[in-house]
Amino acid sequence: MKIIVCIKQVPDTTEVRLDPKTGTLIREGVPSIMNPDDKAGLEAALRLKDEYGAHVSVITMGPYQAKAVLREAFAMGADAAYLVTDRAFAASDTWATSSILAGAISKLEYDLIITGRQAIDGDTAQVGPEIAEHLGIPNVSYAEELHLEGDEIVVKRQFEDYSHLVRAKLPALITAMGELNTPRYMTPGGIFDAFRAKEIVEWNRVDVPVDDGDIGYRGSPTRVVKSFPKTVKVPGMKIEEGVEESAEFILDKLKEKYLL
Amino acid sequence: MDFSLKNEYEMARTLFRDFAQKEVAPLAVEIDENHRFPTETLKKMQQNGFMGIPFSKEWGGQGCDYLTYVLAVEEISKVCGTTGVILSAHTSLGAGAINELGTPEQKEKFLRSLVDGRKLGAFALTEPDAGTDAAGQQTKAVLDGDEWVINGNKIFITNAGEADIYVVFAMTDKSAGTRGISAFIVEKGTPGFEFGVNEKKMGIRGSATRELIFRDCRIPKENLLGREGKGFGVAMGTLDGGRIGIAAQALGIAEGALEKTIEYVKERKQFGRPISAFQNTQFTLAEMKTEIEAARYLVYLAASKFDKGEKFGTEAAMAKLKASRVASWVTDQAVQLHGGYGYIQDYEIERMMRDAKITEIYEGTSEVMLMVISGALLK
Repeated sequence: MKIIVCIKQVPDTTEVRLDPKTGTLIREGVPSIMNPDDKAGLEAALRLKDEYGAHVSVITMGPYQAKAVLREAFAMGADAAYLVTDRAFAASDTWATSSILAGAISKLEYDLIITGRQAIDGDTAQVGPEIAEHLGIPNVSYAEELHLEGDEIVVKRQFEDYSHLVRAKLPALITAMGELNTPRYMTPGGIFDAFRAKEIVEWNRVDVPVDDGDIGYRGSPTRVVKSFPKTVKVPGMKIEEGVEESAEFILDKLKEKYLL
Repeated sequence: MDFSLKNEYEMARTLFRDFAQKEVAPLAVEIDENHRFPTETLKKMQQNGFMGIPFSKEWGGQGCDYLTYVLAVEEISKVCGTTGVILSAHTSLGAGAINELGTPEQKEKFLRSLVDGRKLGAFALTEPDAGTDAAGQQTKAVLDGDEWVINGNKIFITNAGEADIYVVFAMTDKSAGTRGISAFIVEKGTPGFEFGVNEKKMGIRGSATRELIFRDCRIPKENLLGREGKGFGVAMGTLDGGRIGIAAQALGIAEGALEKTIEYVKERKQFGRPISAFQNTQFTLAEMKTEIEAARYLVYLAASKFDKGEKFGTEAAMAKLKASRVASWVTDQAVQLHGGYGYIQDYEIERMMRDAKITEIYEGTSEVMLMVISGALLK
């Protein structure tokens, strides 16, 4: 079985702040990490490898610094790593990114593609499903549990207050939730091998079969008009009355704010 | 001369720091308070390859080096000196001795399970009357047919009772002095091999420190480690490596104390200002940091020499002498800057001060380090 996991290097948003004047992310001095949902996706792939035997490849699009997350994936147990990088790919939105990644993936053999549900720096949750569309394979998003049954993948798919159990014939793409698992640690020996024994394959514009109209800034239909911090929620109010009184109090408050 | 660590070491440090924060730090207070061996943490370290860092993949190790192992002990000791010494005694001493001197058969039988994380190792040299004077061994081993019969007692043995495989020193020829000492591999569960009570210690309280009691303990002839009569050399060579591990533990304890102190002085207010605004605090922090960095480079130098296959005994002694003194001094200063809170268990600084002291004593006291260093100067 061949599994491809799409991963992304993102700023650790627990440590990132917005510049209040420009409304843009202050990325300086912020550590970069593997996107948490992607890491859960990689862990899912490695567990399938442990259980059924599989070849796990990781792929990322990004600048050279993104090699760090590919090495981290090697150190966790990935077998092959691909860096898709070119100035022509810069400023790609989700459409362009998914077009480029799908082009790159089409050069590889795969039974299963796993992406993270969404990246913590963009929160779009679009790239995974779009890759599936480009490749013409089934897509199951929001996976919180999964296992293989013959040539099918069975996924418990999270909804707001209930779940779906979905089967998809392989090859398929699933998007992984952080809740899927707790990713393993790298091993010390895996880290050494990631730097000394394993090679990252680098693909540039010429290596990726994708239309010029679908890449980079010009291939991106999305425009971010403005980024700004969310208004901070005011602290809640605690009512310590009986059930009836509390319900009445809440109704009054809602009416007071013209919400009812 | 390049003092920066290569990328693989930085990534390894990130791993060890992450692991220490998530898995080791949450238990540090409790295991100290209850003198409890952190079995669950050890298991996680075993599962993640931490117990075989500097050993060859051929024997199931991680295929890294001593410097990587030093970073692991350092990062773990930043949050818990106990867990640091469990790793160090296992790696440098128990597994280290078998790795250096074991036959291929011994490595297959004992080293593999130690470094792939199935078993824990320990090293037993000290006796009631043979501490710094290691040559005064009373434990005896006599060959009887195809078996060695061991009789005697070892004390203050780190990981005792918890470990599965022990490197044990015993006299095989009393008349030959240090040339009559031999090393043996003894497995837990061997009839005639028992453990004494767990010592109640000032620091590193979660680590197991017990007596080993041998009463007509019979082990196979082939468990002799190295050649007969060459045990003293085995012990001294192994301890040279062990000192780098303890130096790393000391370095980590000192760094952990400094990190906690920096957080504290920014928050603690007196006379209407955080105490970090006072020059006494600032200068003390500066002294602490400078001492730590001086110790760090001695520790890393000793590890680098080990990795290059160069002589490293003197550097290991200097690293341990310096780092252990720095650990004691830095943690003392840290308690002082914390004031009354530093004396209270919840702030963890007092534990670090208690943990630091042992680094000046075990695996060769500071005085032994001075003997080793001066011996090299005057030979």
